[in-house]
Amino acid sequence: MAMLHTVNKSPFERNSLNSCLTKSKEGSTILLIEDAVVGALKGTIVADKLTAAVANKNVCVLGSDLNTRGFTEADIIDGIKIVDYAGFVDLVAEHSNVQSWL
Amino acid sequence: MSDGIKKFMFVNTKAPYGTVYALESLEVVLISAAFDQSVSLVFCDDGVFQIANNQKTDDSGMKNFSPAYKALGDYDINKLYVEKESLEERGLTLDNLMALTYEDEDDDWAEKPSIILVTRAELADLMDEQDVVISS
Amino acid sequence: MATISVEGKEIEVDEEGYLVNLDEWFPAIATEMAKIDEVEMGDDHWDIINFLREYYEEYQIAPAVRVLTKAVAKKLGKEKGNSKYLYELFPYGPGKQACKFAGLPKPTGCV
Repeated sequence: MAMLHTVNKSPFERNSLNSCLTKSKEGSTILLIEDAVVGALKGTIVADKLTAAVANKNVCVLGSDLNTRGFTEADIIDGIKIVDYAGFVDLVAEHSNVQSWL
Repeated sequence: MSDGIKKFMFVNTKAPYGTVYALESLEVVLISAAFDQSVSLVFCDDGVFQIANNQKTDDSGMKNFSPAYKALGDYDINKLYVEKESLEERGLTLDNLMALTYEDEDDDWAEKPSIILVTRAELADLMDEQDVVISS
Repeated sequence: MATISVEGKEIEVDEEGYLVNLDEWFPAIATEMAKIDEVEMGDDHWDIINFLREYYEEYQIAPAVRVLTKAVAKKLGKEKGNSKYLYELFPYGPGKQACKFAGLPKPTGCV
């Protein structure tokens, strides 16, 4: 079964999202939480990498953390899914393992 | 300076909520305003997210402290420098930021914008002019 | 944790008498806190309390005394927007004491 990767640091400040993107397998899920949610925004210097990831990975963002920082579905890259806390729990249950990129 | 007023600049580089830096810095800024110094703020790198518009914390249960930035004008803090390159790297424009203003006492309390868009090079010059620079 | 008793309810307060849960506030709490501090609440007191609650609702901070004074002057007139008037109403300080009665946290920067 596939791995669930969670990332919680801004990609503009740390390299953890980049590490995750380069070390996660096709078909795995990447969930952006806390300060990492800004990595899902359109038009950023990391947007191309995220757009590429969406093609063969399941990329999600925690909606409540996105809203907290002032952004909504309209602001994020097409193909990135918004999940709520229940969806977060489902993702953990559906995957064989969770890797937290800090 | 001879009148004892020093130029303080608070440089905000961290995103809000994920860490406590933004909130702590804001508290220090509000306290510093009691000492009648010349205070300016910088929002660069992920610090630009601190003054993003439409922050809604109902679902995350965190305290939304973004309204407090709107009070800065009341505290006579009306020079808020935002770094242009930082916005661009994050896919943002001034429209993504709160419309922060102050009332100009010397101009019949006219409401004026507090946010000043500056380039990275201009910011370096501004920092160079300060007596005290506090980064977080 | 200390409590004060208001209309049969036990309300939690911190060691300085400020509300622990800001959402619990209702007007009788201000009246009770004032009684403890030996302040008799009148309309002038309530003007300031209501002003502070509106300010907190909008900005999520308790204003510094200087800011409060200036804002009161603008909203309620110069004769009320000065520290002498505000200290007469709230002898322990319009920042600290009025914020306490209003159910706000202690103003940032007050020690």
